[in-house]
Amino acid sequence: MDIKDIIKPENLVYKKTELMTDNVLSYCPGCGHGTAHRIAMEVIEEMGLTEDTIGVAPVGCSVLAYDFMNIDMQQASHGRAPAVATGIIRTWPDKIVFTYQGDGDLAAIGTAETIHACNRGENIVIIFVNNGIYGMTGGQMAPTTLPNMKSSTSPFGRDVETMGAPLKMTELVALLPGTNFVTRHAVHSPGHVRKAKKALRKAFQNVKDKKGTQLIEIVSNCNSGWKMTPVDSNEWMVENMFPFYPLGDIKVDGKIVKELH
Amino acid sequence: MAKVKGAIVVDTVKCKGCGVCVVACPTQVIDLAKEVNGKGYHYAYMENPDACTGCSSCSIVCPDGVITVYRVKVEN
Ligand SMILES: Cc1ncc(C[n+]2csc(CCOP(=O)(O)OP(=O)(O)O)c2C)c(N)n1
Ligand code: SF4
Ligand code: SF4
Ligand code: SF4
Repeated sequence: MDIKDIIKPENLVYKKTELMTDNVLSYCPGCGHGTAHRIAMEVIEEMGLTEDTIGVAPVGCSVLAYDFMNIDMQQASHGRAPAVATGIIRTWPDKIVFTYQGDGDLAAIGTAETIHACNRGENIVIIFVNNGIYGMTGGQMAPTTLPNMKSSTSPFGRDVETMGAPLKMTELVALLPGTNFVTRHAVHSPGHVRKAKKALRKAFQNVKDKKGTQLIEIVSNCNSGWKMTPVDSNEWMVENMFPFYPLGDIKVDGKIVKELH
Repeated sequence: MAKVKGAIVVDTVKCKGCGVCVVACPTQVIDLAKEVNGKGYHYAYMENPDACTGCSSCSIVCPDGVITVYRVKVEN
């Protein structure tokens, strides 16, 4: 069969959602941020929430998320996205509000905002993209950097003795009464993308039903910061990040569903 | 028996040649071109179009959302 006969509007099965603008993403080739943006937008579109959703962009590589997500957006100072989202949801309790944050933003400078928003049980979705590094500023060590992992500020690897152990923010907030759904995913392979999308759909449904804070961590790559090709960085992530940050649900319907240690 | 045939269209201007789609394709349809686009990236293309089933695996992992997928049922 000729390719021309396949490429016809009636045979279309997948194209980029219109909730992603046509702007060229500012991300490095192969960076998981783009996929994470797109599946969040697909879920909002598929759930018919386009008009009602307000996103809060962070500081970090995804600082320009508002240029890429074709919905109402606000940009927050570094780490303050959950506080800004709190203001929005309390002003408009019937809106659907989410933050999109990196690990430097959420787990370093924004630790207080994250923990207190989760503890208050603000009715928001927090999308937490954890690449174990400060991507935007040149690959410095983050609280989430793995033990012995090299970064520009830990060139011999993270020494846990002097630099502390990595912070598992997702497990930590699962312990707070305000969180309703806490789960960890990835977006490097088709199966993982489908599961992450399902989790996002559940999280957006839960805030629609006013169930409290939803935190979806997406373990991702930073091929530039890790100094690897995109495909190698995804393999490195599977081998090194996943054992430390295991994928799967941590809290569902307000109940912890896995052993925390 | 009905068979499915697929095809993809890559926006070669926007593709960043990351290769994530190449490893995601279960039937090894995609490769990166020897030529580069305006940004200097070796863009993705269907090297082995006959093997495409239109499963969309490549398009859902493409970080830049530049793959469009078509699929058709063929009766034979
Ligand atoms: C108040 C303030 N402190 C520091 C910075 C510098 N800065 C910009 S982005 C960033 C870290 C971003 O890392 P992360 O949140 O992990 O996002 P990524 O870039 O990896 O996606 C820092 C420290 C800033 N912009 N504002
Ligand atoms: S620096 Fe890292 S996180 Fe930032 S766009 Fe590049 S790969 Fe992605
Ligand atoms: S995943 Fe997308 S951007 Fe990367 S090579 Fe394939 S088509 Fe290009
Ligand atoms: S649609 Fe499926 S078979 Fe076709 S190129 Fe993409 S991943 Fe391969």
